[in-house]
Amino acid sequence: MAGYSDATIWLVILALGIGTYLIRWSFLGAVGDRAVPDWAQRVLRYTAVSVLPALIAPLVMWPAATDGQPDPVRLSSAAATLVVGLWSGSTLSAILAGGVVLGLGTWLA
Amino acid sequence: MTQLSRPAPTTGRAESPSVARSFRTGFLQALPFLLVLVPFALLFGVVATAAGLDLAQTMGFSVLVLAGASQFSAVQLLSDHAPVLVVLASSLAINLRMAMYSASLTPWLGRAPAWQRALIAYVLIDQTYGMAIQRFERQPRLTVPERVAYLAGATPVLCLPWMLFTYVGATAGQMIPAAWPLDFAVPITFLAMTAPMMRTLPHVVAALVAVLSALVLSDLPSGTGVLIAAPLGMAAGAGAEAWQSRRRIRRNG
Repeated sequence: MAGYSDATIWLVILALGIGTYLIRWSFLGAVGDRAVPDWAQRVLRYTAVSVLPALIAPLVMWPAATDGQPDPVRLSSAAATLVVGLWSGSTLSAILAGGVVLGLGTWLA
Repeated sequence: MTQLSRPAPTTGRAESPSVARSFRTGFLQALPFLLVLVPFALLFGVVATAAGLDLAQTMGFSVLVLAGASQFSAVQLLSDHAPVLVVLASSLAINLRMAMYSASLTPWLGRAPAWQRALIAYVLIDQTYGMAIQRFERQPRLTVPERVAYLAGATPVLCLPWMLFTYVGATAGQMIPAAWPLDFAVPITFLAMTAPMMRTLPHVVAALVAVLSALVLSDLPSGTGVLIAAPLGMAAGAGAEAWQSRRRIRRNG
């Protein structure tokens, strides 16, 4: 992979693996039956819904593949994914919807 | 059922029929999740290889990290040439939700032997957690060995295909034409994972604040915007929840 040595990539994989394991083990392994404070539960509840969309919002609006120009095909694909995901509650259906729009759009363009 | 007519095992450590049955239930109930996991694993193999990871590195992610969303985000940030610390911080932040899974399973599994809890921690993905908490809450009288057996039955169905189909995607992915817009696979995947999570107002508030902040901060060096945008979203979600519960108390009191 451009820009990183193999050792750096493996460092990322190992650190992410160990860090993720420690997160999963945290309460189950170390904390035991003690109660989790309310504020911690509250913040943990919103990590996934904050991190995932924040990561991809700029990629949806300004894709590198079109030199940072908003792209009608990618925007439509994102909209289809979002609408089907909200409506069906199913990740797989949403991926299929977004993929179909992206594929059709690319093929027609 | 032939098993019920057999005499009970005499040795204390042998599997009792109910433990075996729990194992089988976990195995069977996990099967439908393959519909989601298999395409997802294929996609990770394809995306990681397209980004320039070799086969061993791609498999390293799926075996050692075993957490889809964070694997995709790490590969995405590496393709953006983000600094290593930024890659790690963002990807670990995505997995913070698993601390919540770990906390919520502790009352049900806290009395299992330490080595079993250590193994369960390794396989605690979204699907194993979702299955386990539903089962344990609906059948609160299951014994601890039955609960562990349920997870032991479900885990091979959920985790081994993740690794296997990452391999298939990584080896078959090299045959995919370069014109295919694979760059957009990760945005679609993340949107598709987030949309079904919009169950309450605070979830929507958290996502909106995070997205708007990420767009405003998009000129920052690659990957650093999310380190500010995500905590803002989390704080907004937690704040909205606190506001909602205060209002509920006031109305009822």
